[in-house]
Amino acid sequence: MIAMAKAPKEYICVMRLHGNVSENEIREVCKEFTGQIYQRPPLKSSVKRVVRIRTIYYIDLLEISNRDVLMRIGCEAGTYIRKLCHDIGIVLGTGGHMQELRRTKSGVFKEDETLTTLHRLKDAYDTWIEEGKEDELRKIILPVEKVIEGIPKITIRDSAVDAICHGANLAAQGILTLESNIKRGSLVAIITKKGELVALGISQKSSEEILNEERGIMVKVRRVIMERGTYPKMWK
Amino acid sequence: MENIFHKGEILVKDEEPLNPEYGINPYERPMQIHIKYGVINIDKTPGPTSHEITAWVKRILKVNKAGHAGTLEPY
Repeated sequence: MIAMAKAPKEYICVMRLHGNVSENEIREVCKEFTGQIYQRPPLKSSVKRVVRIRTIYYIDLLEISNRDVLMRIGCEAGTYIRKLCHDIGIVLGTGGHMQELRRTKSGVFKEDETLTTLHRLKDAYDTWIEEGKEDELRKIILPVEKVIEGIPKITIRDSAVDAICHGANLAAQGILTLESNIKRGSLVAIITKKGELVALGISQKSSEEILNEERGIMVKVRRVIMERGTYPKMWK
Repeated sequence: MENIFHKGEILVKDEEPLNPEYGINPYERPMQIHIKYGVINIDKTPGPTSHEITAWVKRILKVNKAGHAGTLEPY
């Protein structure tokens, strides 16, 4: 879940303003709200209600009809679109609220051919069980590796895999390859030579350090995905 | 490795040949195991909670464990 919950999001929403204002003014104010903004979570939220900074990556104005504004918004995880609409309304002077919301992207997941429904899932499952045809089900159920598409990967030796599955941290000696965009504190994905996701962890070193160091813990494992025993136990 | 999207350059620290005895390409897992390690991008309609959707998924696929990665807060 860490890989998904903290991932950037995209939404399409309808903001309904409580007064009339020109398109230009709406554009100007939306530009002000792009970049870093302050937000305090609303009463009905599951997080601590402290003011925090969030980044709005973009606000695309898709359509304006009377007092309704259709927008596409790209933002950091944990951004409240409801609050954003409310605050834009205040700055415009009219007041406003979020009328409708749909999340269109969550990390690597978007509204593409992978987006499906329970009905399609059930049908695809039945087709596999009753007719032995896997195709549909394989289009709907994606390998867990999909989740790490945007996360830097470190490939490890076969001999290190089962140790990681047992909760060991990743030492320098176990590493075969790594990506160049890793910093201290980065979330990284530990994978096998065949591309299977073993675990997620936090890198203790930068890419250059990992490449050059001969010993020591390089990644602290946070979440093991692969089942123990998938690779043979090759450690004492 | 096909199907894996790399953003940074790949730096090679050491090399090792593939072993055919264990491990498998994630896109070639036998279906039963594929389901166990699977993720589904479900279009969650308003109405049922994520918890209910997850329960349905478990029922449909006959698995014991499934989770969800967050939904919109109620509005």
